[in-house]
Amino acid sequence: MRNRALRSLGAAVIGVALAAVALAPAQAGAADFQGKTVEFVVPFPTAGGSDVWARFFAPFLAEELPGKPTVVVKNAPGGGSITGTNQYVQRARPDGLSILGTSGSTQLPYLLDDARVRYELKELVPVLVSPTGGVVYVNPELGAKDARDIGKLRGRKMKYGSQGPTSLDLVPVLAFEIMGLDVDPVFGLARGPARLAYERGESLIDYQTSSAYLRNVVPLIKAGKAVPLFSWGVLNDKGEFTRDPTFPDLPHFAEAYEMAYGKKPSGTAYEAYKAFVVAGFAAQKPIFLPKGTPQDVVDTYVKALDRVVKRPDFKEKAGKELGDYEQAVGPAARQAMRVALGIDPEAKAWVKDWLTRRFQVKFDKK
Amino acid sequence: MLDVIGSALVNVLSGTHLLYMLLGVAVGLLVGILPGLGGIAGMSILLPFIYGMDTISALALLIGLLAVVPTGDTFTSVLMGIPGSAASQATILDGFPMAKRGEAARALSAAFFSSMLGGIFGAVVLTAFVVVARPVILAFSSAELFMLTVLGLAMVGVLSGSSFVKGLLSCALGLLLGFVGAAPATGEWRLVLGMDYLVDGLPLVVVALGIFAIPEIIDLMRRNRAIAEAASLGRGWLQGIRDTLREWAIVLRCSGIGCLIGAMPGLGGSVADWMAYGHTVQLAKDKSQFGRGDVRGVLAPESANNAVAGGALVPTLLFGIPGSGSTAIFLGGLVLLGIQPGIMLVETQLDLVYTIIWTLAIANVIGAGLCVAVSPFVARLTTLPYAYVAPFMLMIIFFAAYQATSDWGDILALIAIGVLGLYMRRFGWPRPPLIIGFVLAEGAENYLYQAIQFQGWAWLWRPGVLIIAAVTLVSLWAGSRYGGGSTVDEGGASGRVRDRRAQLLFTVFMMATFAYAIVDLLRWSFLAKGLPLAVAALAFAGALLAAGVILRGAPTNALIFDTEAEAPRNMASAARYVGWLAALLAASALLGFVIGLALFFAAFLHFEARAPAWRNALLTASAVLFLAGMSHVFVLDFPRGLLQQVVEMPWPFR
Repeated sequence: MRNRALRSLGAAVIGVALAAVALAPAQAGAADFQGKTVEFVVPFPTAGGSDVWARFFAPFLAEELPGKPTVVVKNAPGGGSITGTNQYVQRARPDGLSILGTSGSTQLPYLLDDARVRYELKELVPVLVSPTGGVVYVNPELGAKDARDIGKLRGRKMKYGSQGPTSLDLVPVLAFEIMGLDVDPVFGLARGPARLAYERGESLIDYQTSSAYLRNVVPLIKAGKAVPLFSWGVLNDKGEFTRDPTFPDLPHFAEAYEMAYGKKPSGTAYEAYKAFVVAGFAAQKPIFLPKGTPQDVVDTYVKALDRVVKRPDFKEKAGKELGDYEQAVGPAARQAMRVALGIDPEAKAWVKDWLTRRFQVKFDKK
Repeated sequence: MLDVIGSALVNVLSGTHLLYMLLGVAVGLLVGILPGLGGIAGMSILLPFIYGMDTISALALLIGLLAVVPTGDTFTSVLMGIPGSAASQATILDGFPMAKRGEAARALSAAFFSSMLGGIFGAVVLTAFVVVARPVILAFSSAELFMLTVLGLAMVGVLSGSSFVKGLLSCALGLLLGFVGAAPATGEWRLVLGMDYLVDGLPLVVVALGIFAIPEIIDLMRRNRAIAEAASLGRGWLQGIRDTLREWAIVLRCSGIGCLIGAMPGLGGSVADWMAYGHTVQLAKDKSQFGRGDVRGVLAPESANNAVAGGALVPTLLFGIPGSGSTAIFLGGLVLLGIQPGIMLVETQLDLVYTIIWTLAIANVIGAGLCVAVSPFVARLTTLPYAYVAPFMLMIIFFAAYQATSDWGDILALIAIGVLGLYMRRFGWPRPPLIIGFVLAEGAENYLYQAIQFQGWAWLWRPGVLIIAAVTLVSLWAGSRYGGGSTVDEGGASGRVRDRRAQLLFTVFMMATFAYAIVDLLRWSFLAKGLPLAVAALAFAGALLAAGVILRGAPTNALIFDTEAEAPRNMASAARYVGWLAALLAASALLGFVIGLALFFAAFLHFEARAPAWRNALLTASAVLFLAGMSHVFVLDFPRGLLQQVVEMPWPFR
């Protein structure tokens, strides 16, 4: 623990020093935001998860950007974030005064070639990526105590409340499929109502993202009304899954699979799952600058965000609101987005085919 | 527990907290009064400011607003006949006729007083309930929630006015409008006419303003005199309070209805005023005055809509699942403040919960008091010649509608639905059923589908389902017992209309609409079309029947109705004012909203109000200043025109 603190302190000092060096020319150049207003465009409605995330970052960013600009969060909801993102890509100028915060819900339709998508995410410049996680839990009456008992759940028909077949909830449904569980999704339930359906006993299996899990499911577990099975896990530097730092006691998906079946998961389905779980969770919320943003503006943002995530007050509050995740800044953010967006064509085709087979989803030929 | 309640009260009343609550109350009343802006808009406006505030002050600010929106919006509903926010739509039915009759003071005081009582009732319920409500809310599964939407739809029976068939058709149309967009279960885009805008469905604000406000404004413009037929507000302030106390049973029951509807996640508080209104009409012995200015028709929705907040906070605080649109944003605010809503909040931070409850109660009292204090000034608006009021109203409505999703589609939909409302009004198609259908469509479809998926057909035999079904039947029976003769909405006489061609044409247009819906829906998978297709098919059959009656029926049949047939000849034609709307639309599309609106103002005041040049200039300038101020303070955008696409314009013209 002490070691980690020391290391991050050291990193912070280096970061600040680097920033100080970098700032001298930056202040003379274009990337000084004094007296300016930076628009933080969020293509989701007010008070949703992405909005809260952006509003959490905004004041820190305002303080750390050179010239201390005003940072306002601007919601542009519609089409599950597609409308606002289209609009941003079309309108935003590469001057650093308009930044975009998206989410897994923006990345999934992009990956599935939704006809409404008119944004090329690979052309935007990611400067930060906030990961999140999620935990799958089941009703204790099913008799499972932990991931080792997953085999016992086979053959049990379980209802699951899901947003929709092509939403972020395709990740858990895919995971259940690979696990060999007989899960029947009921569509049209956002995560909150889905949890309510679980509590009413209407569904038997459910998952919640990290913050909602900590808030609302942990009390259920304590009351003996839910059993956690596994988390999605996070990616390490080598692109391998490891345990979610927010839930160090829970196995991640691949580990749980091994605990249940004695071998590692493999095959096209698993490859597809990996790509989508990264786009949906491990690299869930990126901050983008527009295509063609000058390097000095990009660098200014990277340095500012680097300072943000190393601030002690940021860390303290972030733990509570965003979970204990390492925020990826600069090169790490680019790497995370490369993994998230660089899905193997074969895996993508498999997912589309699977969605059509199981849920009659029709895909337009592109 | 009592000491926690006491210390929470001290907390609320000490330091700057009270000041923040007053600020919240002030913003709440303002967005309430401005048509189209309501709790959701107000909450979104305040949310950015709470970051970094101390918890109690921030809660005071937000709850202050949440509590009084349904108090302030009464002004617009009663005095202008336009819903001040989605919560006060039903108040129009009797409040506006009272204002026209010169009883505005009585209607307002009854409304404010019952609002206050309803709000306090909500706070009391929250106090008692928040500790024990969990199992109660969990007892309502998707099946019971579906049945509640059916109970809501049953209110159409008493809100249909003279023609039950038209009421049902109107409700069906509302349901279909509510089904427009991505299907909740499969994401298929139903009934979208090939427009991306419609994929998310029509926003409630746009539909409510279109169906109620635009027809009312056009009608008043055509008459072109002040709204109030009597020149004064009247002196009924004390009378209004006496009315409230005399009808205490209605106030109490409707507060209870408001709380219950508010507490059901996913039903949406915006239907509470209609449920309360419908229920009051059903139980009333003398129904003859409803829709013509019966004070009970004001008391019912007003006590219910303020009670909604208390109810809606129950699931918000207990489960972290909002009970209404504005509590959804409040929930986001809590998370920003570092408060984690959920069962742990109630178990570990009960003091915060009671702070919220006290703020709710106190804000309701202050809000009602402030409303009474400013009434004489606001009410003078009703004595102005309408040609001066109309452009301001249109400005606010266009602006408010655009805030729904910041898309030109908002404004086009507003005008399209406005024109629909205009003809519905003319041909005696009651509009309240349309709104009820629209509000309940999503819940009805979603919950029916979920009930079947989760429980199979066994859901039909759940005790809760059977109980609500029985209540629905009783309420239908109670409503029909007196022959359904109440003339809610569209007053005026039917019968003896010689020229039936116009209404026949409108009915055929409706048939075509339903036919389109059937054709479009047939393409989709079963989960996306089941309920919508059933509604569309029944509606088509109903419209066919109505067309037959209009073609061949006896002249006394209640279906046959056309206000224009008896309209005084000296009234200007509706087309002229639809033309003005189109002009505003065209000017904004070309030059952007601010410039377009300025031109529209100047032209309208010149030709319609015949205002002298100096007054014209002054009013136009103040309108532009008002818009600029709103946009600056609240960081809101205006619709952009062609000009803005080509040239970079300086603020506020961009």
